[in-house]
Amino acid sequence: MNNPDVNKHVRGESIFIDDISLPAETLHCAVLDSAFAHAGLVSINTNRAEKMNGVIAVLTSKDIPGENQIGGIIQDETLLAVDEVKYIGEPLAIVLADSITNARKAAAYIDVEYKKLPVITDAREACKNGSLIQQPTIFESGDIDKAWGECDFVYEGRVETGGQEHLYLETQCAVAYPKEEDKLLVLSSTQHPTAVQRAISRVLGIPMSNIEVDVLRLGGAFGGKEDQATHWAVLSALGAHITRKPVKLVLPRYQDIRVTGKRHPYSSDYKIGLKKNGKIIAFEVIYYQNAGACADLSPAVLERTLFHVTNSYFIPNVRATGISCKTNLVPNTAFRGFGGPQAMFVVESALHDAAEKSGISYQTIQKSNLIKDGELFHYGQTCENSNALKCWEEAERLYDFIQIKKNVDEFNQKNKLVKKGFSIMPVCFGISFTSSFLNQASALVHIYTDGSIGVSTAAVEMGQGVNTKIKTIVAEKFSVSSDRIKIESTNTTRIANSSATAASSGADLNGNAVLLSCSNILERLKKSAAEELVTEDKSEIEFADEFVFVNGKKTELTWTKLVQKSYMKRINLSSHSFYATPEIYFDRTINKGRPFAYHVYGTALIVVELDCILGRYKLDTVKIVHDFGKSLHPKVDIGQVEGGLLQGIGWMTMEEIIYSQEGRLLSNSLSTYKVPDIYFTPQNIEVNFLEESINKFGPFNSKAIGEPPLMYGIGVYFAIRNAMKAYKKNLVMDYSAPLTPEKVLMNLFM
Amino acid sequence: MEAQIKFVLNDEIVECFENPALTLLDFIRKHKKLTGTKEVCREGDCGACAVIKGEINENKIIYKLINSCIYPIGNVNAKHIVTIEGLNQSEFTPIQQAFIDEAASQCGFCTPGFITALTCYLLSEEQYNYNTAVDAIAGNICRCTGYMSIRRSVNNLIDSVNANWSHKLSRIDNLVGLKIVPEYFRGIQNKLMEISTDVVKTIRLNEGKRIICGGTDLFVQHPDDLTDSENEYVSDSIASEITETETEIHIGANVSFEQFNRSDIIGLYFPGLHEYMHLIASLPIRNAASIAGNIVNASPIGDLSIFLLGINAKLILVNNKRQREINLKDFYKGYKSLDKSDDEYISKIIINKPSENFYFNFEKVSKRQHLDIATVNSAMSMTIEDEIVKEAHLSFGGVAPVPLYMAKLSKDILGRKIEPGLLQYVVDDSQNELAPISDIRGSKEYKSLLVKQIIKKHFNVLFPEVFTAEVIT
Ligand code: FES
Ligand code: FES
Repeated sequence: MNNPDVNKHVRGESIFIDDISLPAETLHCAVLDSAFAHAGLVSINTNRAEKMNGVIAVLTSKDIPGENQIGGIIQDETLLAVDEVKYIGEPLAIVLADSITNARKAAAYIDVEYKKLPVITDAREACKNGSLIQQPTIFESGDIDKAWGECDFVYEGRVETGGQEHLYLETQCAVAYPKEEDKLLVLSSTQHPTAVQRAISRVLGIPMSNIEVDVLRLGGAFGGKEDQATHWAVLSALGAHITRKPVKLVLPRYQDIRVTGKRHPYSSDYKIGLKKNGKIIAFEVIYYQNAGACADLSPAVLERTLFHVTNSYFIPNVRATGISCKTNLVPNTAFRGFGGPQAMFVVESALHDAAEKSGISYQTIQKSNLIKDGELFHYGQTCENSNALKCWEEAERLYDFIQIKKNVDEFNQKNKLVKKGFSIMPVCFGISFTSSFLNQASALVHIYTDGSIGVSTAAVEMGQGVNTKIKTIVAEKFSVSSDRIKIESTNTTRIANSSATAASSGADLNGNAVLLSCSNILERLKKSAAEELVTEDKSEIEFADEFVFVNGKKTELTWTKLVQKSYMKRINLSSHSFYATPEIYFDRTINKGRPFAYHVYGTALIVVELDCILGRYKLDTVKIVHDFGKSLHPKVDIGQVEGGLLQGIGWMTMEEIIYSQEGRLLSNSLSTYKVPDIYFTPQNIEVNFLEESINKFGPFNSKAIGEPPLMYGIGVYFAIRNAMKAYKKNLVMDYSAPLTPEKVLMNLFM
Repeated sequence: MEAQIKFVLNDEIVECFENPALTLLDFIRKHKKLTGTKEVCREGDCGACAVIKGEINENKIIYKLINSCIYPIGNVNAKHIVTIEGLNQSEFTPIQQAFIDEAASQCGFCTPGFITALTCYLLSEEQYNYNTAVDAIAGNICRCTGYMSIRRSVNNLIDSVNANWSHKLSRIDNLVGLKIVPEYFRGIQNKLMEISTDVVKTIRLNEGKRIICGGTDLFVQHPDDLTDSENEYVSDSIASEITETETEIHIGANVSFEQFNRSDIIGLYFPGLHEYMHLIASLPIRNAASIAGNIVNASPIGDLSIFLLGINAKLILVNNKRQREINLKDFYKGYKSLDKSDDEYISKIIINKPSENFYFNFEKVSKRQHLDIATVNSAMSMTIEDEIVKEAHLSFGGVAPVPLYMAKLSKDILGRKIEPGLLQYVVDDSQNELAPISDIRGSKEYKSLLVKQIIKKHFNVLFPEVFTAEVIT
């Protein structure tokens, strides 16, 4: 079955929020955001703006009827700034006008008086000044202080990773419609409808039950609409609540890129200790996370960093400290991988550096430390069903590492001006929200009297194909044609108290909930069929290809007929079910537990080619063995691997977020912030499925897919670095990503 | 300041009064409610807003892809504009089907742009192959798929179109027959003839009015100014010819980048042309951007300006009273300041036909290799007789407030011999004329280094036996 959304996408008929046709009285909302990264707000004068053509209202914090607070994890974020602005892009006021042109024009006529205050953009500097989002968190295992004594080699270093702009193609947007009394319907491009509902309720001072948030689909999100969609939806709701007119808010790209958070830049210090045989004994690391001006999801992101300290490796002695630093940048947020990539880059850098200095090969260290069943992750979870080594060995077998490495060496011998570099990147990623309570989902399945099926879940479709997977699950479970099945929009009235579609968990959580609903209905239908077919024992009843079978024999009874008969017998054809991931828990007082239902594994082999005169590189080969479990939809899953991979590569290479010292984003448009284009794809790419991977936590033994592949991209950094080394034997260079052509050339020649 | 505009949108004739600076994208999405065309960047950098533009030229419709977000409605008179809605038929087109089969669409926001671009490719290319088809969608950004599934779709599509193509039939019959475009495309030529009568064919000079050709930079930088001012929008067919005399090539001011790229005359003297142009902007931008626009824009990193400086091109400037010739290298006086009065415009660019012993190379380095603004770009040309440099021109972009012609260096190397020692001399000498600044595209140290490296590259590419790998490292 193909992704049904794709049929509409190719015709341009899929409806996104900006495409919805709206009533004539709809107001358009422009947002005025702060011009300074840190300043006192002396005054905001809206008089001139209010008199502008077409303007209906200009709203500031004074107009908020409820609480001026939208912080999720920590209550530290106002909807509209009050006496101080803490980053460039912080919303100050909104203009509601008859057209978006008029609204934007008028926003420029709001007079704001600022009093400039000192600006901090650097995480370490913030830490030094005691400017933290929360107290540091420490994850520890073994006895690190003692362990150093057992090591043959000990190395220390510093590692930097840059931010990353999501660049979802559809910018942040929402439409809010006033309904009877003080009720509202809000269409939002969000990964987290319940967060939007909760924040609106708080800001407007109306009960959550009076707010219906509906999400049809997102034009990309990648984590950028998990928490950050809320602001804009609440602003449109505020406008609709006050004017009692529909309000549409779509951020123009130049503003979206300025006012929304990105992947967190990290600066980290590590110390690593190994034995002569390459066994890693101890790893200590401090992560300085640049959180930006408010918490947003930073504490959760940091926590996942702390879970992925050791990537795919077993390290017996670990101490990892995470410090979330408050700076005057836009609040950074979730981005595919959610702190995991930052952690993995640090440990890979440490291993790479240790390899260079100790003379043990990088791949030897990597392979000999891959985690095995029975070994403990540093957060106390025992490794089960480890596929770390299996993926590595399967990749080794399929792709012949030795031959590829030999080819690279030979190429480098022959070519003086062009060099190739090779690397292997193993990935191990834990699946489940690390806040255990979030691992819950519900589903609502209706069978209508014509046999068609409506399915509601909390999963938000943003291109990752979750709806296709859910459809696959339902079609398989009922054994009916997928044409019968409609996956409904994600709606807080149908599905309450949902978790975000995030943490790669959308298909797992919602798919499992859907399975429960289907089973409930199926039980009732079987009983009903048994009555119809006068069979004593309903266990002999089966459904296949839209027919009822008894003892393996096809009967006359079709799906539709059975549904109709059951309806006449007053049998419940709907089911609302609830799923909570079993077996997981995590004790934050000691930072130990079993936070993850399971892990996803994989190994990527990467070869790059470097033009050593101009510092440009291209991707020669990426070959992956990935642990999909039993894939629910191979095409969708391959698409996730390829897409995640290229995003990860972008993060490591050309995607460079640059701020000025005053905290102004300089890489602020598609012409200054470059993401991979079609020419940047690897010349050869191959993705293979790890055979015989099972997973009792995923629907039909599947595994989560969204985030893990992004981290294969990290290997590209090391491949480029190795190519540089082939040109310049005595290369000494910081571990700092992205490795832009500028960094390459400067390190080769300066 | 509204103007009457008449054109064919998909299968219907549209007549309206609009501010000519209104973007075609806003007209399509907001006025016509055709929402399949998407808005993403509004600066020509993503292709989500791509539409097909057809125009009659010598009794044939020539179709080209443009980015509607930076295309003024003032320029669509008498043209055929096709959006994704105008391509949809009762069944999926083979392009749409190819995308479905490979799941080459995830969130779908980029997808109509890709479908439109590929359709335009099939409408406009003489021959189809995988590589040129990929070039045709290189201006389209997709953030979800990683492009691999799109590549597979394109590969399958090209194979099946080529296999099913009938060489007995005309292109339009083939395309309609294969359901790549709807039946109504056959009638478009007549519709265009019907409305083409009153299209202005000359540039109307009017004091104070800005002449806008492609608008590919102006509509990015100053969209609001354009709405509030009166401008002269120049239709593509005006001043858009490349001709030759015995000794010169004449390039009309409104010649687009892509026309330049495809010109046989230019190609004859610059065999590497396609390679260079490949690095210069995406196809829809190359289709719209004019050469004179690139020159007067005076951006220090204008790719075509650098190219033309490197071959010492000349300009013809005209106003109501007179016409004068000026060397391009003398045209730039300072940052965005030109040797040009307000009432003058460029009518032509002239380049001398290279002699036999002519060597030319163009290089461009940017953060993303393709479809990015240069950090540093450069062109170098030389005429060599008996291993001695007889004429040389070297230009660099991104290292000075203007597109830089290296006047001193170009003179200093005259009379020198092409031998390994020359390289170090040029590299050292080059640094004297630079004034790079640090900005978003790179630090000044990096830019200075790039100049040295690019010079090495030029020599290595042009005289590989002399400037071998050993010599340049
Ligand atoms: S919207 Fe991006 S090119 Fe037009
Ligand atoms: S499918 Fe989402 S941007 Fe291409």
